[in-house]
Amino acid sequence: MPKDSNGLTLDGQGKPLWLSLELTYRCPLKCSWCNNPLDFDDYAARELSTEEWKRVLRESRELGALQLGFTGGEPLQRTDLEELVSYANELGFYTNLITSGIGLTEERLVALKAAGLKQIQLSLQATEAAVTDALVGATAHERKLDAARRIKAHGFPMVLNMPVFRQNIGMTDAMIAWAAELGIEYIEFANIQYYNWALMNRDELMPTLDQVREAEQVVQRWRDKLGKKMTIYFVIPDYYEGRPKACMNGWGAIHLTIAPDGVAMPCQEARVIPGLEFESVRDKPLAWLWHESPLFRKYRGLDWLPEPCVSCDEKEKDFGGCRCQAFLLTGDASNTDPACGRSPHHARVREAVDTAARPLRFRKPLFKRAAGTVTTAFLED
Amino acid sequence: MTIPLTATDRRPQLSPHFMFRWEASQDAYILLYPEGLIKLNPSAGEILKRCDGQHTVAELIAELQAAFPGPADDIDQGVRAFLDVATDKGWLHAGELVKKS
Repeated sequence: MPKDSNGLTLDGQGKPLWLSLELTYRCPLKCSWCNNPLDFDDYAARELSTEEWKRVLRESRELGALQLGFTGGEPLQRTDLEELVSYANELGFYTNLITSGIGLTEERLVALKAAGLKQIQLSLQATEAAVTDALVGATAHERKLDAARRIKAHGFPMVLNMPVFRQNIGMTDAMIAWAAELGIEYIEFANIQYYNWALMNRDELMPTLDQVREAEQVVQRWRDKLGKKMTIYFVIPDYYEGRPKACMNGWGAIHLTIAPDGVAMPCQEARVIPGLEFESVRDKPLAWLWHESPLFRKYRGLDWLPEPCVSCDEKEKDFGGCRCQAFLLTGDASNTDPACGRSPHHARVREAVDTAARPLRFRKPLFKRAAGTVTTAFLED
Repeated sequence: MTIPLTATDRRPQLSPHFMFRWEASQDAYILLYPEGLIKLNPSAGEILKRCDGQHTVAELIAELQAAFPGPADDIDQGVRAFLDVATDKGWLHAGELVKKS
């Protein structure tokens, strides 16, 4: 996500500046906050081929795309990752790899460097092995630390990404201390967004407002101490703010995501919205999908906005918030994002926050991301 | 005493994590870096193009004064102000000081 908003930042001028390629939904981890679809397992057989991904890269570069994230699932599960990075680099993309670190061997790092990879975003969930391993459902912690050290040794700029929720928010301080010692330049505390697996586990994952405020103070103390040595992003959790996020900088404004099966989407979650027509680069030219398809035109710009957005003086700042969240919490994607305090449905967000703060309640185990955990078959009848 | 990062005999250089290049689709120079991209206005582009670790601040100012119209003092001040901002944002390294012979 573009986080810089100084005077020189780009407005997209109708171009998909940021391209995310979800190369695969396959992943060795079982994170309970994963934003992949609940039926992720069904995509493995439909993944685009190397040549199809290359065509996506060519066509999106022609549309003006500049920043490129290889993501997933775990993108290292694709053995053609290096080939795709190299091709993207030749086309002029700034190439980013978004990875769990699992599978990032020395050989692959060397090959990725040679292919021209510019930046690596590595996720780490906790500073203690037992906590990380329990959260991701695999023996991962030591492998992630190894990956972090090797990424630094190869001179990649690195963003350390910690998805933040109740179970790890208390480790904010220890995480920054560890990152500072390793010389990591960017750290991102991503208060998780509640879609798909995270939404299913929301009551167990959501931190209390007090916990969030405390973490914010920890971050501020470190910012004062470290100055320019480290950039610390703390992504504001919209459930608590009363203000919706400017999701994707607007629908179909600058972000383009391609799913493993080639479906072009305005964001990684858009498929949760029913009634929209999702089309693949296998069937349609990317230029048509971006500029003309009903999906991308549906919520593009400000003309479609409902009340209270239409008469709101912040509509050009937040574009009505997130369409997926509007659907998931109000049943209609065309509604104002209920994270907004002015939404008539804002009480549903307040309820979730209040539930998180309730001290005495029965705690359920987290659902781990796994094939067959959830059946969606009944939806298809 | 610390020497100002934009002292005349520094040779400013783009930080290794930034990619600077011409982008035809934007008709502009751009900067690409982890998690971000910036479209540069023409004068910022002309200055950054010369931040190659070879030009000293004095040399790149002289080049720009020769290449562009306008009072020499304005260009001098404008370039120094931009170099300060760009250094502050982390786009530029100050570069080595010129060795006094």
